[in-house]
Amino acid sequence: MRRRALLGAALLAAPALAQAAPKVVVIGGGFGGATAARALHRLGVSVTLVERDATYLSCPFSNAVIAGLREMEAQRFGYDGLRREGIAVVVQAARTVEERRVVLADGATLPFDRLVMAPGIALHPDAIPGLDTEAMPHAWRAGPQTLLLRRQLEAMEDGGLVVLSAPANPYRCPPGPYERASLIAHYLKTHKPRSKLILLDAKDAFSKQRLFEEAWAALYPGLLEWVPLSSGGKVVEVDAAARVVRTEFGEHQAAVANIIPPQSAGRIAQAAGLTDRSGWCAVDPVSFESRLRPGIHLIGDAIIAGAMPKSAFAANAQARVCAEAVAALLRGEAPAPPKLINTCYSLLEPGYGISIAGVYQPKDGLLADVPGAGGVSKPGAPTAVRAAEAGYAEDWFRTVTADAFG
Amino acid sequence: MRIFAGLSLLAALPAAAAPPPGASSCAGCHGGGGMPALAGQPVEAIAGAMLAYKAGQGSPTVMDRIARGFSEEEIRAIAAWVAAPR
Repeated sequence: MRRRALLGAALLAAPALAQAAPKVVVIGGGFGGATAARALHRLGVSVTLVERDATYLSCPFSNAVIAGLREMEAQRFGYDGLRREGIAVVVQAARTVEERRVVLADGATLPFDRLVMAPGIALHPDAIPGLDTEAMPHAWRAGPQTLLLRRQLEAMEDGGLVVLSAPANPYRCPPGPYERASLIAHYLKTHKPRSKLILLDAKDAFSKQRLFEEAWAALYPGLLEWVPLSSGGKVVEVDAAARVVRTEFGEHQAAVANIIPPQSAGRIAQAAGLTDRSGWCAVDPVSFESRLRPGIHLIGDAIIAGAMPKSAFAANAQARVCAEAVAALLRGEAPAPPKLINTCYSLLEPGYGISIAGVYQPKDGLLADVPGAGGVSKPGAPTAVRAAEAGYAEDWFRTVTADAFG
Repeated sequence: MRIFAGLSLLAALPAAAAPPPGASSCAGCHGGGGMPALAGQPVEAIAGAMLAYKAGQGSPTVMDRIARGFSEEEIRAIAAWVAAPR
């Protein structure tokens, strides 16, 4: 309604309108979306951020919350920093995206010249027959599920079996299930030492595998067992009420079961017609513009980024490159080919950190590893190096959350 | 109509110095949360450290793996950009 009145006035006041700053709407206020909103604002763009929740709960470091090493409130970030800078923040779900306008849950619309979406992931527990996420939490989005899993572990009797299952690729945070297994094992070792953890895996190899296995042998011998796909690691069915987890090879009677289901791009990406048959979003690796809908850019966990993993660090880096590309396109210029960096830290016990890093550049329509760069922490490194990396993980978290949320 | 609107957008948005390839990723860690902040440091010190890590010198935990992803020319451009106060 208001928009219509403005358009009417614009016919009489075209020169004034011509000076208006271009409008960009950002959907999603996580690490990618919040960073993008701030970066675009700094570039002189008029930005509106649309986010479903009033505050954001960070997945990075939420495994420490599950293991009782950290409290949930340390994971919470708000949008007052963005508002103070002059970014409009609309706390509401986006329902769909029409031609050059976002439709909100209440039916209101937000027009845009370009749209940036950081929709995160949708979880698909229905893909595992019998799964009830209240009985067997996924805890793969920080929030009530994180605390539910923590309470289940706290309520478990010493001697119980914890079953954790990791999905097939691709999914959010490739090293996440293994960090979680490590920190839950730490909790069991220090609180319930007669217990065991079995990590069922729907694949035969995983991120930072050599480093995780080195640490597990040293820290959690006999406590943590990894079962790869080829040894019966794929969960085919569960009995949630009885806490039974069935694999291709047999079944496990769990005291606590944490089943991480398959994933796809977040719901709004599907509603807006931005996902392909894989369930994820194909984008141009220079501009992060959708391959399916021009004028809409996508970043973060929802995209098919080639070699670049689905991580908060990657979303933050993509957000800044995407913001520069959007600003260039609004100026009528072609965006310059970027390079991007990712670094992910994992915690294996308090004071024991490891990392994986990569440098990426556009190649053959995706983001590819720059040859010779990247890799994981050195195997067999002294404890001082592991302690330093655990500290760097916390440094990174402080920096990236300040960068995204102000 | 769309073309004119496009031109008006162009006029309204001033071009700032765009970061060279890779430079905008640095702020993910180097922003004052504990790791060294880069803005205001001597360009030569940043470029020198990155080039040393690329050559396998020093004992970084992760910066050697990252520095190897850039040419000397790219490293010098990144150093100049991240050192600039903003």
